[in-house]
Amino acid sequence: MPSTLVNMQQKNITVESIAATVPVVEIDKLNVYSKGSHILKNVSTVIPKNKITVLLGPSGCGKTTLLKCLNRLTDLYPDLKVNGSIRIDGEDIFDSRKDITAIRQKMGLLLQRPYPLPMSIYDNIAYGLKLKGIRSKKIISEKVEKHLKEVALWEEVKDRLKTSAQRLSIGQQQRLCLARGLAVEPEIILADEPSSALDPISSRVIEEEFIRLKSDYTIILVTHILRQAKRLADNVIFMYYGEIIESGPAEEIFENPQSEILKEYLHVGH
Amino acid sequence: MTLRRKWEEKFFHGLSAIVTLLIVLVLVHLVWTIIAKGASSLSWKVVSEPPNGSFYFTGEGGGFLNAIAGSFYLAVSAVILSFLVSLPVALFLNIYLIKVPRLLTACRFFLDVLWGIPSIVYGAFGFLILMYLGYRNSLGAGIITVATLISPIMIRSMDEVLKTIPIGLQEASYALGSTKTETAFKIFFKQAFPGLATAVLLAFGRGIGDAASVLFTAGFTDLVPHSLGDPTATLPLFIFYQLSSPSESVQNLAYAASIVLTLIILVVSITARLLKPKR
Ligand SMILES: Nc1ncnc2c1ncn2[C@@H]1O[C@H](COP(=O)(O)OP(=O)(O)O)[C@@H](O)[C@H]1O
Ligand SMILES: [Mg+2]
Repeated sequence: MPSTLVNMQQKNITVESIAATVPVVEIDKLNVYSKGSHILKNVSTVIPKNKITVLLGPSGCGKTTLLKCLNRLTDLYPDLKVNGSIRIDGEDIFDSRKDITAIRQKMGLLLQRPYPLPMSIYDNIAYGLKLKGIRSKKIISEKVEKHLKEVALWEEVKDRLKTSAQRLSIGQQQRLCLARGLAVEPEIILADEPSSALDPISSRVIEEEFIRLKSDYTIILVTHILRQAKRLADNVIFMYYGEIIESGPAEEIFENPQSEILKEYLHVGH
Repeated sequence: MTLRRKWEEKFFHGLSAIVTLLIVLVLVHLVWTIIAKGASSLSWKVVSEPPNGSFYFTGEGGGFLNAIAGSFYLAVSAVILSFLVSLPVALFLNIYLIKVPRLLTACRFFLDVLWGIPSIVYGAFGFLILMYLGYRNSLGAGIITVATLISPIMIRSMDEVLKTIPIGLQEASYALGSTKTETAFKIFFKQAFPGLATAVLLAFGRGIGDAASVLFTAGFTDLVPHSLGDPTATLPLFIFYQLSSPSESVQNLAYAASIVLTLIILVVSITARLLKPKR
């Protein structure tokens, strides 16, 4: 990611509006079925670069499923049948000739609960780097330090980098998972209610981190917390029962909702 | 109604307490019997020397090192051989076959059936193969037969451990760009390690204690085996042969060997228990 371009985008309105028209993710007529139910119904949308796009909607409306389609984690669930198209940087991710591991490495994933890998704090971050073919100890160590600092975890763990990551607190684990995802230099960050299991402090760190990160990354954040959506969102996609009801810039969605369902949702959420 | 439920509760509580007590009593009695009969014959000499001269007639002259060493060689090698097969199979079930749930269920059922087949059938099977190949009873044949016997046990025990790995950890691994093989050997293996070790020990306990599978395949001898082609003695068969002697002093040696075998299995079980992950 050329950072000069990023800086230009922030200063120059016209460049930014051009960048906003360049979608990173294009979803077209995406349908997901499981045994008897239709989980995602003809979902089509685009997700712009270097913005925080929030997927908003009540529990069970298909937000997690949509997120998992993006890096094809749906492959893990035998019950799910997916059809439609998803393009990331213009590349069809369902194309069976494409290397799925390379596509997944474009995206960092943060789940509802942190799942540190069964290894040391250091190796949790080194793992993804090694998969990318980085062997140099020096580079790995530098990256471990850089990304742990990035998520404000370095001071807390610098003396015990070689101890098991699974012994950290939940909040620390989630920040480690974010650092682990960032270390492989993804373009997109997928976050599924990342602060729902966290204490207020860790969840603030994560939120602040997202705001800082959006100049370099495209962030897709699932949440059902209205206030969090308002704090973070540039764009909002509002879902209900597997359908996209409304989507657009955050101010429009929050100030001027069109559909009755969204009005109701915003009203109850207050 | 409430009174009936109260009595029902009391009745089943009492019943399970009595049954539990009975089982414990039977166990205590069993251990007491082998100790009472075998302890007097147990000495450093009987565990450190192979039999010689009049051993089988009078219970004097050497010991049963042949059976202890034979059992260890056999069980350890069988466990190693079985491990090399079981780990990949268990990982395969949980990494690849989860996408085909019906086939997975069928595989698990099939392995459970294999687990339940009596070991004498494995022994007979091993014997048939031996005859077909024209080999004689040997350590190697015993190892292969016991490895076949314990593999379903090892695979299914490993499988049960791998099944408990949270889907979120798998998602995290794939999301970082791991292939299935990397997820299997770098993530699943590490996450499940204590449980996998327990599975190996379980299989070892079963392998070292089994008599029927080695009856036709490993043979019996007074010597400690020196190669895979040599026949070998084993503790379970040693116990079997000594017990059929009319002389009480010879029979007591079988009880001494029972103590040794029970101790080995006790140590293995306790280690397995200690390794089991808490939670
Ligand atoms: N693997 C699956 N198999 C079957 N049904 C599923 C699966 N995953 C999700 N669902 C169903 O899809 C619907 C949407 O779930 P989800 O995407 O988790 O919603 P959200 O994240 O918005 O709460 C739910 O009704 C859920 O039961
Ligand atoms: Mg969800």
